[in-house]
Amino acid sequence: MRAGVVRFPGSCDDVDAQLAAQRVGEAVLLWHAEPDLQGVDCVIVPGGFSYGDYLRVGAIARFAPVMESVVAFAREGGLVLGICNGFQVLCEAGLLPGALLPNDHLRFRCAQAAVEVVNAATPFTRACDPGQRLSIPVKHTTGRYYAPEDELDRMQAAGQVVLRYAAGSNPNGSLRDIAGVCNEAGNVFGLMPHPEHAVDELTGASADGLRIFASMAEAVDGRVAA
Amino acid sequence: MRARVLIRPKSGILDPQGIAVERALPALGFRGVSNVHVGRLVELDVDDPADLDAMCRRLLANPLIEDYEILEAAAG
Repeated sequence: MRAGVVRFPGSCDDVDAQLAAQRVGEAVLLWHAEPDLQGVDCVIVPGGFSYGDYLRVGAIARFAPVMESVVAFAREGGLVLGICNGFQVLCEAGLLPGALLPNDHLRFRCAQAAVEVVNAATPFTRACDPGQRLSIPVKHTTGRYYAPEDELDRMQAAGQVVLRYAAGSNPNGSLRDIAGVCNEAGNVFGLMPHPEHAVDELTGASADGLRIFASMAEAVDGRVAA
Repeated sequence: MRARVLIRPKSGILDPQGIAVERALPALGFRGVSNVHVGRLVELDVDDPADLDAMCRRLLANPLIEDYEILEAAAG
């Protein structure tokens, strides 16, 4: 797998995402002003504060030249992963349903979160077991997932709710404890927890985040990666 | 034209900023405050006011979670 990690002005988890992806393949950085995706197999939109989060989180980043290419890549079935701010950008770009609202308690929350795999049949979770519990950190102020109730029903029935915070550990007031969702086709996935910060037990409380990157490598390479 | 766009959280969507302000005012002794909502104000000069609605829908507001209102402002 050769991954491309987008770097916006204000991205701050791009290098961690690159290092995480490099554990299961190659990874290059994609500068926001360059529309060329360099022939990568998948795109990761990382966490941070793209364009200072001005106006509304993710609102300006979606118009970056690189994002036009990412949208076209996703429409053709390419794998796109959005983490935290990347998730917000993918929602603003219309690649994922719903939106992220300020945490219900209005505080920045930085904590290890227990997350359950609801759908283990996606290219981003296929290395996980259904119902498997992952320990992955969250760190955000605007992570409360929102979509209208009828849309949430439809998404749940279609398997688009991929990750959920374990009962009692919802860190932000997300509707239905949603931590991560995919699009209808299943090739675009966004989540608020940071799998790239949980790839080595030396520096994280777990290495569970690696399952996400290993899943993508499996999906791209057609083999078990890690 | 000098325009003013008011953007607020859609009704029915939890507005934690509004709730925080609503709780803070009585702490200062102000009574009888309710229904507080916190939004954004965007002021801009536009050649063609007909563009404003599209600007709101495509960038200034996220219609899924926010309502917007376009007002004409006095020049200056």
